[in-house]
Amino acid sequence: MPKTITINPVTRIEGHAKITLHAGDDGKIQKAFFHVNEFRGFEKFCEGRLYTEMPTITPRICGICPTSHSMASAKACDHIQRIQPTPTGILLRRLVQAGQMLSSHALSFFHLSSPDMLLGFDADPAKRNVLGLAEKDPALAIKGIRLRKIGQEVSERLTGKKIHVLGVVPGGMAFALSEADRVALLEQMPEALATCQAALGILKGYISANKKMVDTFAMFQTPYLGTVDKDGALDFYDGTLRWVNPDGSLLQDAQVWEYQKYIAERSMDFTYLKYPYFKPLGFDKGFYQVGTLGRVNVASHIRTPLAQKEFVEFRSLNGGKPVHGAFYHHYARLVEMLHAAEEVQRLLEDPRITGKDIQARGHRNGLEGIGHTEAPRGTLFHHYKVDETGALTKVNLLIATGQNNPAMNQAILEVAKQYVDGNKVTEGALNRVEHAIRCYDPCLSCSTHAYGRMPLDVELQGPGGEVLDHQVRG
Amino acid sequence: MRALLIGYGNPGRGDDALGPAFAEAIDALGVEGLKVEVDFQLNVEDAYDMKSYDLAIFADAAVKGAEPFFWREVQPVDTVSFSSHAASPEGVLALAKRLFDAKIRGFVMGIRGYEFDEFGAPLTPRAQENLRQAIAFMAARLRAGEGGLTAPA
Repeated sequence: MPKTITINPVTRIEGHAKITLHAGDDGKIQKAFFHVNEFRGFEKFCEGRLYTEMPTITPRICGICPTSHSMASAKACDHIQRIQPTPTGILLRRLVQAGQMLSSHALSFFHLSSPDMLLGFDADPAKRNVLGLAEKDPALAIKGIRLRKIGQEVSERLTGKKIHVLGVVPGGMAFALSEADRVALLEQMPEALATCQAALGILKGYISANKKMVDTFAMFQTPYLGTVDKDGALDFYDGTLRWVNPDGSLLQDAQVWEYQKYIAERSMDFTYLKYPYFKPLGFDKGFYQVGTLGRVNVASHIRTPLAQKEFVEFRSLNGGKPVHGAFYHHYARLVEMLHAAEEVQRLLEDPRITGKDIQARGHRNGLEGIGHTEAPRGTLFHHYKVDETGALTKVNLLIATGQNNPAMNQAILEVAKQYVDGNKVTEGALNRVEHAIRCYDPCLSCSTHAYGRMPLDVELQGPGGEVLDHQVRG
Repeated sequence: MRALLIGYGNPGRGDDALGPAFAEAIDALGVEGLKVEVDFQLNVEDAYDMKSYDLAIFADAAVKGAEPFFWREVQPVDTVSFSSHAASPEGVLALAKRLFDAKIRGFVMGIRGYEFDEFGAPLTPRAQENLRQAIAFMAARLRAGEGGLTAPA
């Protein structure tokens, strides 16, 4: 008897979403849908505004990765003005970007995902969170909080704000870094590096002890997309868009202004979040993954030494080729987290970082601008069209979580097939399904969070819509 | 007494701006010993700062509950499940006590809001009125000092 299991909303990810699992007569899960109520009013809201306002407005899309939106927006503005930021402006942008990557990845690992690993998927759900982690290993929980703070302090010291990054502007940055702030940040980097390495040690230990589960957890192969520099190295800030095939061979290199030539989107009836796909392969074969696993799988190397060593070890898991499986997003995330810490340190040691020539000045020289950057969750595009007064006539944002939407649906299906029997959703099975999404650390473009929201509602429905099982928690 | 007020919410999402608007209004009063912060959301790392204060006030928009606002003490809750990247006042207090041995009491100022979905929308008139009353309530309590802040609602 076919049944429908609904998980609504998914806990510990941003935004509002639910999961529906469809079981067949044999009780096995046959289909899985991740329903996302994405907020799409933002693009319309921006039309008519001056494009130069966008780097300040766009961080309000999301409280989770405001830096990335501000950065992609400023780069789109650079393009409209046909200017390049000053060298110090670029270094400061890279610094803020690396700081955000550090804090975001720290939150994802220490506070959202590691409880599942360290406390166990079948642990009491009331304890399987950061508070449970604090009880089991307080020293580790403190390290995670400290690392998150260090990453946030980068932007706080530079811009005066922890979250609302207001300093990224067309042509560079609005604020210079003082010598005192440079030194204060640099002093914290040994601690940050040690914590990143400790996290990698924990994760690698977990994978080693649970290799079979990890290797089969939401295991499927796709092409990957990420940004690389001119030598093919991982680059968070800028560079060439690179798609690789599952075997690691080059699928396509492109520049950002060509993105519409290679990425198309299709609306689906079960979600407001569109399904992007790699256009040359078509909708059926073209879905790809971005984010941590995407970036680490498309890169040929990483420029910082500690992360490069980890990168080589990571890629050796599949003979140097891309590593597949949703769980490996966590591993790639920690390799990136280490790189971000090294990158912050490298930039702070660059004598140009405290330079005062931080912004190139320009004015509108074109009617269209496209900017991209690597958000913690993947490649983010901002595309603006303006009229001759500089007023925005069209805004298109292609967000990272949207690009991972097909992969998240696939991951849910794979895990549900493995762990859900179609008659009842056990706590352990439920959390594994949720964890499949947490691997991608999605942010669902919803930064409204007002007090009193976010329960977890699980509903099992029969073919006639009757409720067979219903669980609420949170 | 050292007090920390965190007003949080998205200033660009209608009545979700109530928390930041409240915090900014209270900050403008210039109360000695009161540190005011504004953020998009409450974060786990806010627990780290709690060790330096005796009292924390969490100001947020409320999607349901009493009008025009509710004011209540919150207790650390070890079993709270963090529902997203954001944290809850109870969870932050629990972390602060468990990890940093913070000796702090926490209060929530929940200001009732009504519209949260339209980007760029201003506060609704009803929310503005609720905000006005919440500010007046808090200003009076602050004038009364520590006893006023911790008195029952």
